[in-house]
Amino acid sequence: MTKETNLPRILIVDDEPAIQRFLKTALANGEFALFQAENGHAALSAAVTTKPDVILLDLGLPDLDGVEVIKRIRQWSQVPIIVLSVRDREADKVHALDAGADDYLTKPFGVGELLARIRVMLRRSLQQTPEPIFRIDELEVDLARRLVLLRNETVALTPTEYELLRLLVANAGKVMTHRQILKQIWGAVYLEQPHVLRVNISNLRHKLEKDASRPRYILTESGVGYRFRSEF
Amino acid sequence: MSLSHEGMRPSPEAMLKAAQAEERGEERGKLKIFLGYAAGVGKTYTMLEAARQQQQAGRDVVAAYVESHGRAETDALLEGLEILPKAQREYQGVLLPELDIDAALARKPQIVLIDELAHTNVLGSRHEKRWQDVEEILAAGIDVYTTVNVQHFESLNDIVTQITGIAVRETVPDSILDRATEVKLVDIPPEELLQRLRQGKVYLPEQAAWAAQKFFRPGNLIALRELSLRRTAAWVDDEMRTYMETRAIPGPWPVTERLLVCASGSPFSEKLIRTTRRLADELKAQWVTVYIETPSLARQQQENRERVWHDLRLAESLGAEVATITATSVAEAVIEYAVRHNVTRIVVGKPAKSRWIEILRPPIVDQIIRLSGAIHVHVVSINGAPQKTERQIVKSKQAVPWFQYLASLVLVAAATALSGLVMPFLSPTNMVMIYLLAVVVAAVQLSLKPAMLTAALGVLAFDFFFVAPRWTFTVNDTEYIFTFLGLFSVGVVISTLVAKARERAEALRERELQTESLYYLSRDLAAAVDMGSIMAAVIKNISETLDAQLAILIPHGEQMDIAAISKDLILDNKELAVADWSFRNRRQAGVGTETLGSAQLLYLPLHTTACFLGVLGVKLEKIADYRSPHHRRLLDAFVTQISLAMERVHLAQQAEQAQVLQARETLERALLNSISHDLRTPLVSIIGALSSLRDEHLQINDTRSQDLLNGAWDEAERLNRFVGNLLDMTRLEAGELRINKEPCDVQDLIGCSLAALEQKLEGRDVSVKLTEGLPLVSMDMVLMTQVLVNLLDNALKYSPADSFIEIRAQTNTKYLIVEMLDRGPGVPEHDLQRVFDKFYRLPVPEGVNGTGLGLSICKGIVEAHQGTILAENRSGGGLRITCQLPL
Repeated sequence: MTKETNLPRILIVDDEPAIQRFLKTALANGEFALFQAENGHAALSAAVTTKPDVILLDLGLPDLDGVEVIKRIRQWSQVPIIVLSVRDREADKVHALDAGADDYLTKPFGVGELLARIRVMLRRSLQQTPEPIFRIDELEVDLARRLVLLRNETVALTPTEYELLRLLVANAGKVMTHRQILKQIWGAVYLEQPHVLRVNISNLRHKLEKDASRPRYILTESGVGYRFRSEF
Repeated sequence: MSLSHEGMRPSPEAMLKAAQAEERGEERGKLKIFLGYAAGVGKTYTMLEAARQQQQAGRDVVAAYVESHGRAETDALLEGLEILPKAQREYQGVLLPELDIDAALARKPQIVLIDELAHTNVLGSRHEKRWQDVEEILAAGIDVYTTVNVQHFESLNDIVTQITGIAVRETVPDSILDRATEVKLVDIPPEELLQRLRQGKVYLPEQAAWAAQKFFRPGNLIALRELSLRRTAAWVDDEMRTYMETRAIPGPWPVTERLLVCASGSPFSEKLIRTTRRLADELKAQWVTVYIETPSLARQQQENRERVWHDLRLAESLGAEVATITATSVAEAVIEYAVRHNVTRIVVGKPAKSRWIEILRPPIVDQIIRLSGAIHVHVVSINGAPQKTERQIVKSKQAVPWFQYLASLVLVAAATALSGLVMPFLSPTNMVMIYLLAVVVAAVQLSLKPAMLTAALGVLAFDFFFVAPRWTFTVNDTEYIFTFLGLFSVGVVISTLVAKARERAEALRERELQTESLYYLSRDLAAAVDMGSIMAAVIKNISETLDAQLAILIPHGEQMDIAAISKDLILDNKELAVADWSFRNRRQAGVGTETLGSAQLLYLPLHTTACFLGVLGVKLEKIADYRSPHHRRLLDAFVTQISLAMERVHLAQQAEQAQVLQARETLERALLNSISHDLRTPLVSIIGALSSLRDEHLQINDTRSQDLLNGAWDEAERLNRFVGNLLDMTRLEAGELRINKEPCDVQDLIGCSLAALEQKLEGRDVSVKLTEGLPLVSMDMVLMTQVLVNLLDNALKYSPADSFIEIRAQTNTKYLIVEMLDRGPGVPEHDLQRVFDKFYRLPVPEGVNGTGLGLSICKGIVEAHQGTILAENRSGGGLRITCQLPL
């Protein structure tokens, strides 16, 4: 493992040698500096010593619960963490995300997905100030002037809808759990009323998407939350 | 015990007996009895000597209850032996030492020493008698050494009383002696014993001092010694016979005999029963004790019933079979029973009634003798008992109401009046008929005495009013004497007949009631499908029939749990302990038995031949009823019914479980087959492709390698989906599907499923039609996405690439309805239901592969939402699958 100072540093935490091998191979395209840890405790010390820019963390570690690792890292660092989890364990994913993870990947995943997520994380951690204008495909969101344009036509949004869109866009490419969205937009009181969120998402889709049944911007992550697409 | 004369093989009965004895012997402890003929012969001393020998041989010996009575030599022998402390029981303010059974059971030595087998335990002990304690210890597999005097044996009790003039009250059943493994006779010449007595070496309780003087006379001692020698010889003889029988050694076997004796509740019964036992011993025969309950006997007072009970228990303890029969005629019932059960000899007592009574009412003995036919009848003299005792059988006379006598007067008066009217027209003989009529009416309606009075008065009236000379009691024509006699006897005969018929009818009615109650119980039990209904049926029926309160207890781990109980009946811990004992020892206990008789209820174990199911506790209204043969018989019948019903339910449950297990195994097998095939197939392509690419010798150009890689990719995806399906299926089957319901947007749901199949949807035309303003529906988003994915996947697979697929969603007042429509080949009509079965695959079209699990997973998930799913063929071709979810 070379420590080349300018390359973004990725810490891979997984106890399965086969997966380690795959991840190493997939990411060894010269873009990243790669580091490895095989269990929770090794991960914690590696996080300190290698100072990574992104951590890929498997949830099924032998010694420590993945969520515990996240909590401990979060005590002193805001480094982006992407968790690797299996299908049907939505509750685990939500738990991890609420504990401080930033995104997740469901095994088995393809390299394309992996790289896309990593790139989103790196962009966020590297940029200091958020861009004032967010553009993707036919949509343009001007955060400074609170203006939303779709195919260059203004879209009328309610204040709540706008706030929702703003939050999603600010976190574009990253998943946001229902809890996180509800808490940030509506406050803790509304945590028990998820339908508020659903209705607003539905409205937003109707206004922004060509076909609300096949949304291209606002993506649903079943059982977890929503993700605003950051690139096509 | 019988041996066929023909063959040399031991008879099956003998073999069975030996096998059973052996089996019992392995589990039970061995009993060694030290038998003596009087106190002071040295039984305890001999026992201790034997115990010490065993100890030196290395066996674990413990003295649980040994009375040395202060004799130094005995005490010396006790030294070195472990002595279990005695339990102290309080009785009327005094602490008395008793055998501590539980301590002995807990200690579990190899041999335990228990003195004085015939001892009666203090009130409140677990068992009434020490021999019962010994039985319990033997049942636990511990060997016992014990001492007993010959006069304590039940069968010899009356002989001993005769010999010594002293009644011995503490008795031991002969069955104990019969089952003993070893009997050691401790014998010394009477002169030596008397010398010991003079030297003060014999222990005697103080109160009995002067009685002991009477007891220790040389004549008595000699007789008792002979008795003990004879008894031991008989025991040895038995052992020898068993030995010879099981080895088929021929010997002079007597013909198989079977004896019968009747218990009637009279004080003679006891003597009769003991005599029969001795006779049976001599003849090596089995014997039966029968109690015939006639309706008149049934009306007897309490003392008699107690006596009958006591007699029957005595007979049982002496080794007899016991039977109770309801009948109207004792003699007939006895003979009938004897004939049916192959009885060879009947033992009866010779009553001492006066001649006249014998003529008028032939005693039962004579009836029996007359009817006995080929059966021998032994008549045993019962002297020594005063005649008065015979009358102690008190028949509670049903008082004849006084108005019945009045009625007879009225009848006679009416007959007289009528005759007076008719006199001018008819001759006196015809008037007799009118009086006859009156007598008949009286006989039918009234009891015997009023009927007889009617006859007598009728005769007198007829004589006075109508027979010449009239108005006098003299009779001119002596023929009328016959008339009088005839009238009188008619009255008596009819009255007696009517009384008998009534008695018979009553007996039948009682029997009918019993049968009816049994019938109702078994009918209700047959209908019961689970323990709960069994309990309810039992409590209802038995409480009604017997006017009792019940409790049913079932073992639960180490304790007994109350499974069902009558209202208002409460069982405290003591009662539960008694129930527990009854269950563990497989025996009756509680009030009315000899074990733990101070309890409030009677506890009867519920069991079938295969297993012990629990205990039935019964609380009867009247204490006396616990010993009534009638009630006990009924209870026994009930217990059998209940046990059978419980066993049936239990077995049915087991059968059901076995079925479920089998169904599960079938499914698992199918799953295994499917897995094996469907897991391997994709791997073939993947490994094939990768190996081709790795092989440098094969020159594969870029297009081909691209093909290989694409193929491997597709197959890998397929494998992934299959694994997913398998996991879903497994979770569904295991019942581990947890539904997290949340309000969901239906459009969102459809969007997710479309996104999941994005790649496959390329080039396919899928349209979504939603009604406006669909509300949020409560469902598990992830699972329902899976459902739609499976349905969509199916539609894509089975319909041609250029056909349309439609997804529709709408709501009505109660449901959300989601439909998946395609223009594929549809499904054959008769398979529309089966399509949701596990592993069902459509036979067409070719080239389509699937696991057959997709639709069954959909069904499982939809039904877990309390929804429904069904498949229909569309007009114009294609399949429509409709899911309905409750709102």
